[in-house]
Amino acid sequence: MDQKYSFLEKIGREPSNLIKGLQAIQGAEGYVSDESITAVAEYFGIPEVEVEGVLSFYAQFKRVKPGRFKIAVCDGTACHIKGSVQIQEWISSALGIKSGETDKNGTFSLETVACLGCCSLAPVMSINGRVYGKLDRKNTIKILKEYEAK
Amino acid sequence: MSDAKIKKFRVGVASCGVAAGADAVLELLSARATVPVEGTGCLGHCYAEPLVEAVLEDGKSVFYGNVKADEKSIENILNLGEEGRFEVPALRKAIEKVKVLALAGRINPTDFDDYVAHGGYAGLRKALTMRPEEVVNEVKISGLRGRGGGGFPTGNKWSFLAAKQADEKIVICNADEGDPGAFMDRSLMESAPHQVLEGMLIAAHATGATKLFIYCRAEYPMAIKHLKIAIDQIYEHKLNHVDGRELEIIVKEGAGAFVCGEETALIASLEGGRGTPRFRPPFPTDKGWKGYPTMINNVETFGNVPLILNEGGAKFAEVGTEGSKGTKLFALAGDLKYPGLVEVPMGTTIAQIVFDIGGADRDSVKAVQTGGPSGGCIPAELFDTPVDYDSLKKLGAIMGSGGMIVIGRNRCMVETARYFLSFTHRESCGKCTFCRVGTTRMFEILERITAGKGTEEDLALLEELGPKVRAGSLCGLGQTAPNPVLATLRYYRHEYEAHVKDHCCEALECKALVDLFLDQSKCVKCKLCIKSCPVGAISDNFVIDNAKCTRCNSCAAVCPKHAIRRVKKGSN
Repeated sequence: MDQKYSFLEKIGREPSNLIKGLQAIQGAEGYVSDESITAVAEYFGIPEVEVEGVLSFYAQFKRVKPGRFKIAVCDGTACHIKGSVQIQEWISSALGIKSGETDKNGTFSLETVACLGCCSLAPVMSINGRVYGKLDRKNTIKILKEYEAK
Repeated sequence: MSDAKIKKFRVGVASCGVAAGADAVLELLSARATVPVEGTGCLGHCYAEPLVEAVLEDGKSVFYGNVKADEKSIENILNLGEEGRFEVPALRKAIEKVKVLALAGRINPTDFDDYVAHGGYAGLRKALTMRPEEVVNEVKISGLRGRGGGGFPTGNKWSFLAAKQADEKIVICNADEGDPGAFMDRSLMESAPHQVLEGMLIAAHATGATKLFIYCRAEYPMAIKHLKIAIDQIYEHKLNHVDGRELEIIVKEGAGAFVCGEETALIASLEGGRGTPRFRPPFPTDKGWKGYPTMINNVETFGNVPLILNEGGAKFAEVGTEGSKGTKLFALAGDLKYPGLVEVPMGTTIAQIVFDIGGADRDSVKAVQTGGPSGGCIPAELFDTPVDYDSLKKLGAIMGSGGMIVIGRNRCMVETARYFLSFTHRESCGKCTFCRVGTTRMFEILERITAGKGTEEDLALLEELGPKVRAGSLCGLGQTAPNPVLATLRYYRHEYEAHVKDHCCEALECKALVDLFLDQSKCVKCKLCIKSCPVGAISDNFVIDNAKCTRCNSCAAVCPKHAIRRVKKGSN
């Protein structure tokens, strides 16, 4: 196995840890590459196609490399009611990318998620895991600008 | 108050507090205060976050709400100033009955000794002096029903597992809180992780379990972190040594699949595979994780268990209604003044929760959605209904896990139904044809209607498909997916009809059925709208070209005079 994935050794080899292994890969690289699928299949001793099957089932796993800043716009019920669709559109038009895409410089990637569990602050989004609540057009654009400057 | 001495500060730093900026407040306060400053869990008053509590030497407390991380606000708190003080609204205080959440926001969630000092693990100690069947019986007497939404009697479930003879017996805590709009379990795990684990250990004693799993959504990093710390502390204090068995407690992170909230799908996911449900029987208590007898309870259910042991099943059953005992947590959000986490006795009316506790405006509320995408809406006219498992079921809604979304009069119910179906059809695992194809067809019909292209036959088709999807699906996802559509059709048929007959969305929410209108009499010609328009649809003389406009509302959002609004398509 590629040395790059030696951290898998910390996870038990039984196939019930497959999801955990894939989460470790994504945690380290930000996404699951073709190359890492081969490594995971080899490590757990299961066919690559089964790894793909599990990967494609779960929304958490990304197959394309995300940007430096991962924006997740919440479209849970509370956020939807409070206008999350518009928040998403504003971000899309500001960055020129749609949900599921990464911009050309690899700075931002955008995705829509089911619920971040901060419903009382709706509408919310998270950037690299940090949650921003009570969004409106002005503060959404401001937050994006702050990240852009980083 | 100036003579009162501050003993310590508590800052609510659960996820929602942090989202509101509580971590910056905690940092600044820690740097300035001469007394200890602790991070604590969620007090349930999300609208007032960040919240700071000054605990005084005399045992009293002063709360500050919406605290800003600046010198002035911190100085005010350090001096116990009068400004920005927070008190629980009197109406809420009168209705709420805080039992399960009693420790949330009162203790440091990851401090074992703090939990024990507040009576933690007394329930487990008591349980261990009782025989397992006595514990099961106590839970039966309490009348506790599954808080994940199903409402199955918990004591019965426990007795099924207890009766099994096997090398391994598994207890799983379902923390895959997937309903968008629900955050009760997150809050409880973040704020009092030991309470949930104590419930699980009591269950292990009562049922003879050998292995404990917590299946938690990966979207809840703080909950996972707190649980893991708490488990290490349990190992350290050897509390996992139950009846001579050394129990393994494992946290597994879900990977973002709503269907994994369903028992058999959750087990498949725990085994490392695709999380699809299977036929029952065999039920998990007969054949579950890797073939071993397995019992699954929800986070909130386990959170109730230590209380039952502490006060006794009979005392627990004094609160609530005939068929639904105890209290219930609700995550209150949507169009209301005081969103947050509330705990009320079963049988409290929806009106009390939405108006009295939530502070929603009586004239502006149209409906409330309970049970997320599996539930139904309840129109404001029926708000006198008490919340318990059976009353809600009668109305075509469900208790669900406890998400309660208030829907205002300015929302379109067809769009709301479309939204829920967009979620369920995407989350369908694809195993059952009626769920996979049926929810997709229902979603397409709703897309058509909200796009102004629906017909009256479409409504009939929805009514035909709904019951078929319900009947033809293996698990709860498909069986409940039509609920939001059927419930809105039942109570808001006129809105559907207005869409298909008159191409009119009364709420002006469906984009395809509205235009944007700029009221020249209010306009101050500041040009902010022109600058904000991404498609250049506003002319230099402030007229909106609706053929170009994408209805993104950017212009209306920036207009300082509210001169831009949505109107019925073709009406200006």
